[in-house]
Amino acid sequence: MGAHKLLFSELKLWTSGRGGWIARLHKGGCGKASLSSCSPKVCIVGSGPAGFYTAQHLIKARQDVEVDIYERLPVPFGLVRFGVAPDHPEVKNVINTFTQTAKHSRCSFYGNVNVGKNVSITELQQAYHAVVLSYGAEGNRSMGVPGEDLAGVYSAKDFVGWYNGLPSCRELSPDLSCETAVILGQGNVALDVARILLSPIDILKKTDITQPTLEALAESQVRRVLIVGRRGPIQIACTIKELREMVNLPDTRPDMVAADFDGVKEALKDLPRPRKRLTELMLKTALEVPGEKEQERRSKASRTWGFRFFRSPVEVLAEPGHSRIAGIRLAINKLEGSGDGAQAVLTGEVEDVPCGLVVSSIGYKSLPIDPSVPFDSRKAIVPNTMGRVKQAAGLYCSGWLKTGPTGVIATTMNNSFDTARSILEDMDSGTLDMSAAKPGSQSISALLEKRGVKPVTFSDWEKIDNVEMKRGESRGKPREKLLTVEEMLHVAWT
Amino acid sequence: MAASAAVRSSMGLTLRLSRVIPDCSTCPLFRLKCNAKNVANLQRRGSFDSLRTINRHLQTSIGLYHSEEGSSNAEHPEDVVNVVYIDRSGQRIPVKAKVGDNVLYLAHKHGIDLEGACEASLACSTCHVYVSAAHFDKLQEPEEREDDMLDMAPMLQENSRLGCQIILTPELDGIELTLPKVTRNFYVDGHVPKPH
Repeated sequence: MGAHKLLFSELKLWTSGRGGWIARLHKGGCGKASLSSCSPKVCIVGSGPAGFYTAQHLIKARQDVEVDIYERLPVPFGLVRFGVAPDHPEVKNVINTFTQTAKHSRCSFYGNVNVGKNVSITELQQAYHAVVLSYGAEGNRSMGVPGEDLAGVYSAKDFVGWYNGLPSCRELSPDLSCETAVILGQGNVALDVARILLSPIDILKKTDITQPTLEALAESQVRRVLIVGRRGPIQIACTIKELREMVNLPDTRPDMVAADFDGVKEALKDLPRPRKRLTELMLKTALEVPGEKEQERRSKASRTWGFRFFRSPVEVLAEPGHSRIAGIRLAINKLEGSGDGAQAVLTGEVEDVPCGLVVSSIGYKSLPIDPSVPFDSRKAIVPNTMGRVKQAAGLYCSGWLKTGPTGVIATTMNNSFDTARSILEDMDSGTLDMSAAKPGSQSISALLEKRGVKPVTFSDWEKIDNVEMKRGESRGKPREKLLTVEEMLHVAWT
Repeated sequence: MAASAAVRSSMGLTLRLSRVIPDCSTCPLFRLKCNAKNVANLQRRGSFDSLRTINRHLQTSIGLYHSEEGSSNAEHPEDVVNVVYIDRSGQRIPVKAKVGDNVLYLAHKHGIDLEGACEASLACSTCHVYVSAAHFDKLQEPEEREDDMLDMAPMLQENSRLGCQIILTPELDGIELTLPKVTRNFYVDGHVPKPH
């Protein structure tokens, strides 16, 4: 049976298309000894960690796979460039790994291509054996409370996009002329926002934070940041590294409510190690009487930060007769149950907190890209099993689009490797039809050209990269990011 | 804190001089970065390298550079440290290493798929390994920053360490480093599928 299949597909290849398999062989397409399949062509939509790690795994696993990565912006790397905080440059080292993948002979990068608008998923599926959706989560969950649209209320997604130079967030211009900022949510993104708001300018000016942000922060009047969560200290979503950074942030002191920590010390012994260490640090910061040196440091601090627990937003309050924010009304909760599964339940009491800036950091959210792709709007993910999109042969997903918008780069890495493994399994088992050759980027490039869309290649990106690094040099920054798509394209194509 | 930082930085200097930890400012790759032609050459060397070692994986550019330079054969027998990596499929891969070798970069040199996303800067947990019981206590205590990152690693065990922080000493001869099996899918509702 196997031998017959081999013979038949050889015949098919011999007679198929211009050049046939010899041309493909010369092009380096068929690295494998078997001639029964042509070079598998995979298309990945999105060039963040999910896209790159999926590509990396595929290219390593088979010598004949060719991968094309499409990206809407002219620049690659997704949240590594636009999400990771400017003062976390080591986290961005992963760009070196991604660069190596992009420059591999069997990988190509096509920036400035909007999948869903410039080219459809159906067209990609016709050109490639497999299409992987890795375009992440560009939306955000809304609080769903009155006053959410008042001036002075921002989503963390937009705030982070603003300080990281995401072109669509360039005009955010948040008003930092108030004393108190309230952040809803207590995950790592919330802590990033707090840290950027309170960090000494001398530290920030040596990072790749954008120049307009630096100027705005230099004028900022914000002196107090409250980081608010629905539940208690044991349910906090941030991790210890970020908490430690707040505790050690120069010129700041912690301001917590001791009563929020009732019963927490007793619960410590049953907690798993990561949760235990995090909770111990919180308890120490909130309750322990500081030594002399620390006491002096705190008394000299000009800025404060603190967690507020058991609070949910119910309304953003406006200044009477104005459309600017004056404060936020928070419902007071109590906890039912314990541990990860504990639920916040309203008590009926509320509390008003005066503030001039509200940042809602309650989660990113994926959006549907193309009507032909199944989308679960309740969970805001593409429905899938092990990365295989349900009811859509040849379609896969990886990263936040697959599992929801939580996790760090390492999580996304494992998630993407899993999807790549599903694809490889399907190639081996025949679930993915590899019998016919696919044109890949040849046909897509022709389509794009017809539509007046010019892709940005990886070498074009390297020109942008060099310009940014050069600009940064004169300012003592690792780079000075280009802030508009127009500027990026201009540099790319000059 | 300052004392351990001093030890770390002198250790770092030694390791940089012996080219185990990359010191970017002296590395030719850093200077090559802006030169497209030379980087293309590097890419070609990379492809050649993967042809030479079938089923070996893409190495980081740092790993490639090291594999071109010198071999893992020690000059003196007392410098040899025998290491066994157990990869994610359970395959045992014995490696002859030297005193002073870094476990992460040693893995890269031998094509073992231990990721090092943050390049040994204690900003990720992708080089998470399990250390053989007999050798675990012979390792230096992890610094707080390593423990913080280990807390993020899936399938954390008592004998978990970050590979990028393990520098081989003579006492670690025979050490076995197991790569955690993180082959599982993540579901939004926390469901973990039964293995089949």
